[in-house]
Amino acid sequence: MADAVLTSSSPVRRATARPGAIRRFFQRKSTIAFLMALPLILLIFGLVIYPAFYAIYLSMLRKSMTSIAWMRNCSWLPDAICTRIPFGNMQFLFTRETFWMVVYQSCLFAITAVIFKAIFGFIIAHFVHNIPAKGQRKWRGMLLIPWVIPPAMSTLAWLWLFDPSYSAFNYILSGMGFGRIPWTGDASWARFSVILVNIWVGAPFFMIMYLAALKSVPDQLYEAAEIDGANWWQRIWYVTLPMMRNIIAITALFSTIVTFANFDIVRVLTAGGPLDQTHLFATWAFRLGIEGGDIPLGASVSLFMVPILAVAAVFILRDINQRGNEA
Amino acid sequence: MPKHHLTRRRFIAASALASTALSAPFVRGAHAAGKLSIGLWDHWVPGANKASTDVAQAWAAKERVELTIDYIPSQGNKNLLTIAAEAQAKSGHDMLAMPTWWPHAQADLLEPCNDVMTQLIAQNGAVNGTVEYLNKAGDKWLGVPATIGSQIKGPCSRIDLMKQHAGIDVQAMYPAGAAPKADGWNMEAYLKAAEACSKANVAFGVGLGETTDSVDTAGAFFQSFGAALVDAKGELTVKTDAVRQALDYCVKVARFYPADAPAWDDGSNNRWLVSGRGALIMNPPSAWAVAKRDAPQIAAQCWTHGMPIGPRGRYAPFLPYFWNIWSFSTNKSAAKSLLVAMSQPDAVAKFVAASAGYDIPSFEKLTTLPTWAEEGPPKGTLYHYPNPHNHQTLSIAAAPAPPKIAQQIYTQATLTKMIVRHLRGEPMERTLAWAESEVEGFLRG
Repeated sequence: MADAVLTSSSPVRRATARPGAIRRFFQRKSTIAFLMALPLILLIFGLVIYPAFYAIYLSMLRKSMTSIAWMRNCSWLPDAICTRIPFGNMQFLFTRETFWMVVYQSCLFAITAVIFKAIFGFIIAHFVHNIPAKGQRKWRGMLLIPWVIPPAMSTLAWLWLFDPSYSAFNYILSGMGFGRIPWTGDASWARFSVILVNIWVGAPFFMIMYLAALKSVPDQLYEAAEIDGANWWQRIWYVTLPMMRNIIAITALFSTIVTFANFDIVRVLTAGGPLDQTHLFATWAFRLGIEGGDIPLGASVSLFMVPILAVAAVFILRDINQRGNEA
Repeated sequence: MPKHHLTRRRFIAASALASTALSAPFVRGAHAAGKLSIGLWDHWVPGANKASTDVAQAWAAKERVELTIDYIPSQGNKNLLTIAAEAQAKSGHDMLAMPTWWPHAQADLLEPCNDVMTQLIAQNGAVNGTVEYLNKAGDKWLGVPATIGSQIKGPCSRIDLMKQHAGIDVQAMYPAGAAPKADGWNMEAYLKAAEACSKANVAFGVGLGETTDSVDTAGAFFQSFGAALVDAKGELTVKTDAVRQALDYCVKVARFYPADAPAWDDGSNNRWLVSGRGALIMNPPSAWAVAKRDAPQIAAQCWTHGMPIGPRGRYAPFLPYFWNIWSFSTNKSAAKSLLVAMSQPDAVAKFVAASAGYDIPSFEKLTTLPTWAEEGPPKGTLYHYPNPHNHQTLSIAAAPAPPKIAQQIYTQATLTKMIVRHLRGEPMERTLAWAESEVEGFLRG
């Protein structure tokens, strides 16, 4: 009311009220929050949203990049509709043997690596959790090293361990009287090698997340379970795991996305070989788009994982929300 | 009204000011001819970049151009990423060094260099067929073949091991300072030598991986049999007798390569030679240069020479670099002038000397520079490296397919994959069917 009186009393006062309104606008919590987040929003726009839409645009072009790659000869659609859909590159990919091999390999790589990272992360987190608080920081720091080193660098060290002719592992194996293993020369061993390195790099992330979750489980629950006569396994199954469900789901989702999109480990260790049998979406997209000069096809390959990951993300996040509501 | 008097002093001052203002645009300052930004390939021979900097900056000082040089490495394909990014942004350097397939891939965005090439061919002699194939679209020269980075990937053999295990005197076959006497160096001789060296535990270090060294070697062998997956008209020629013969031969000889050859990269063959484990590799003299530094006793036994001859001729893998001017460059005339300066015989001789003989000019009058005759040990080891007697046809894997299709065959390593698939027991017709399906995909426009 007082404000209304002031603003209507004189033109001079009205003029001085405007800076006050601006000041109030800038003092609002929401404005401050927006302004503080603005650099990040701009970064995300410049480095994520714009490139994502540009990649979608690129994926619709023909190899020459001068016209749209319309779909053709789709038996399941009337021709009039088919030839108006700009996903000719996707249609082409679906007819390629190598593409389906890359789909299989990406799923195998991501699922196997995430499962083992979760298992190792869970076990190591328990070990670290049971170390007395005094020495725990040292162990936590040491165990995080594989995750902290840039993967391209650490994978280079692994490459020397797996080198086809001078593998340090083979040197040890032959010293012990075993035969040489074609770590990167045979499809199965090459897949094993890239998954192993991914687990080595990624398990510490799971470990640190699970450790944080373990520390937040109230001791009273374990005490109650012990009074009820629960053994070690039952305490894990009925207390620890239910209390960690959300963090396990979030970590698995995060890791699945990052592992699906992995580039550096495969690129450095096998470059997709032998016979394309370790290519993932990202490495194959690079081979087609940058090395092969077919940018639209490379963009199509890199975008193929978006719907897969989006579906996984929707299911996992919905599950977490439901559990949150139940709680 | 105040009266203005034009004094003598004021008149002189005004005249001086006016003449300075009028003549200012015509003063030839230090950078009167504008700016030029170029991206050259970052040479892996230490000190080689200095030679190109010296030549380019001397030209810039003479022409009064403000020149900026960026050296872009090929490690991690940084040069390819730069080309792709600048092509998308239509902005960046005025001139870029582009390897093998890239001038054709960016042909629409490149300034024609017909005027420069006509001048250089008249001066330095004709260019080889591979340069024409990779650097000419119709009547348009897409750029100028660069001396820096261009290389032949022929055999580099161990003199002692080849003599001891295969009974071949590579120095007698390819004598320093004289024409080759290599009529007996054919596919049969190569196969027998590979077998003998493999049995003696010094196998030929030839890769069957997906990187360029492996692909280039496979390509040269296929061409020696007249085998191509796609012909010059763009027609599929996978299921032909020539391809069957080439594949059969390559698999026969691959049995004598190291068991892990399918996993080799471009460094594996170098290490194979330098560590003394093999009698022959297919590489430019970089492996020999490393051996000269790290294992001089091995370097002293290395001899670079020509490829074996096949039923359709003697083919050697040639990988040229090109200097190309973007059509969006703002100083094309200066860029062309620089390309002429960097292709002069004395500049080329400097580049070749600075790279210890690694770089090869593509013009026929420039393949007999003293560096190749003098480099050693052993003296004359590089004499035959630049193909001074036109003893072999310089070629690139997947030619003569139209370059945009050939680039896919090359980067997807279709030839080495065919060899490995058949080597691992896949029936030949199944391998050919797979290759045909792959190549069909590359034909899409």
